[in-house]
Amino acid sequence: MSLLDKLDAVAAARKALLPEGMDVFGIPVGQIHSTTEAEIGGRRILFLGTNNYLGLTFAPECLKAAHEALDAEGTGTTGSRMASGSYGGHRALEREFAEFYGVLSCIVFTTGYQANLATISCLAGAGDVILIDADSHASIYDGCRLSGAEIIRFRHNDMADLDKRLRRLGERSRSTLIVAEGIYSMLGDRAALADMVRLKDAYGSVLLLDEAHSLGVLGATGQGLVEETGLIEGVDFITGTFSKSLGGIGGYCISNHPQLDQLRYVSRPYIFTASPSPATIASTRAALRLLRDGTTLREQLWSNAHRLYSRLHELGYRLGPEPSPIVAAILDTPQQALALWSGLLQHGIYVNLMLPPAAPDGKSLVRCSVSAAHTRDQMDFAGRVFAELRATAMS
Amino acid sequence: MASDYEDVLQKLCHHLRQLSPSDADITPRTDLIEQLAIDSVKLLNLVMEIEDEFDISVPINALADVQTVDELTNLILRIRSEAR
Repeated sequence: MSLLDKLDAVAAARKALLPEGMDVFGIPVGQIHSTTEAEIGGRRILFLGTNNYLGLTFAPECLKAAHEALDAEGTGTTGSRMASGSYGGHRALEREFAEFYGVLSCIVFTTGYQANLATISCLAGAGDVILIDADSHASIYDGCRLSGAEIIRFRHNDMADLDKRLRRLGERSRSTLIVAEGIYSMLGDRAALADMVRLKDAYGSVLLLDEAHSLGVLGATGQGLVEETGLIEGVDFITGTFSKSLGGIGGYCISNHPQLDQLRYVSRPYIFTASPSPATIASTRAALRLLRDGTTLREQLWSNAHRLYSRLHELGYRLGPEPSPIVAAILDTPQQALALWSGLLQHGIYVNLMLPPAAPDGKSLVRCSVSAAHTRDQMDFAGRVFAELRATAMS
Repeated sequence: MASDYEDVLQKLCHHLRQLSPSDADITPRTDLIEQLAIDSVKLLNLVMEIEDEFDISVPINALADVQTVDELTNLILRIRSEAR
């Protein structure tokens, strides 16, 4: 098989599954009307598949900060921190994140994907072991691969399984990095953090928690699962993203370990990527202030999440194990999922379609992401459409 | 050693039969992807079952070199002997 034949095989597989002319995995979006509505196919569509958990993408404070930074510092930094230097905004955002979590230090990255890639690939190396949840995000898998460490999966959120695998490692458990997610992106369930911290302490391992989907969502001030559980002291490194609750793009890693700062000198994803643009940093700083004070937004978010989860549960959809802003309907076949996804779009609702191998256990998912900005009417509208399409989804 | 190999092979074939077409003829030379249609996700889930069967952990990096039933059997044997 030649180099390009492999891509032809991908095209053939895509054509066999997806309708001609429908770009399911890159849907063309037209005018953006608000945080929850946009034009798709010339029609006004409800956005129920973005990760705009706190609805901050049009927050006046964020827009103003971004505009001012754009005018003052230009469109981009045109290089990495090592090459083009650290702007005042980069350093300020790192201080503000460290202060938010009450930890020693923070490094800001250009994307959330890169935050995991950069951190995981430097914490573990050849001869070390990384234990990851089977449902981990691709950025975690890719960070592991880049590290050169041995990668071992444990069953999703199964702490007895993690225990077993740590035991098998013997003394090597002391050079093992365990990686988990605050809220898992596929089914919206939380990591079993208390048991995980107990295990990592018992075996002398290091724990990294990715709060990408839980920042702004969990905890009194929105720190994530570490705040909700009161276990921040038990977690060695926390990564996360600016592209969900903070409404921008970028990522971070925070820690009380002083060694974190050394990543700036050895982490290739950090060194060889252009740093975040001034406008991105400025809007993120403004969004972080809103997130910290966002108790009302979190209440709205969880009210919407419970409302949609309950309605879909009543309708008989198979869902993730607990209510969360990620409400994923689990379908047996890609065809069922595609039919439901298409039906929702025809009725004016955009959600995410997840097919194997991206979805866990060979299942397919139609994933909704709820926002604080959604109205009760919008949630009820989604419930009615899911009710209408129930037969389609089950056939 | 031969009996160890046969023992691992037999147990592995038991797991493979549950993931393969019912008429599949599984031998050491059988290609997991080409002949049994075991894709990367199925292989990772199969490995979890095997790990419990033999009380070992198989790094997923090691699976990059595995194409046939024989290669998977030998990988299990190697990891098991290192763990003892």
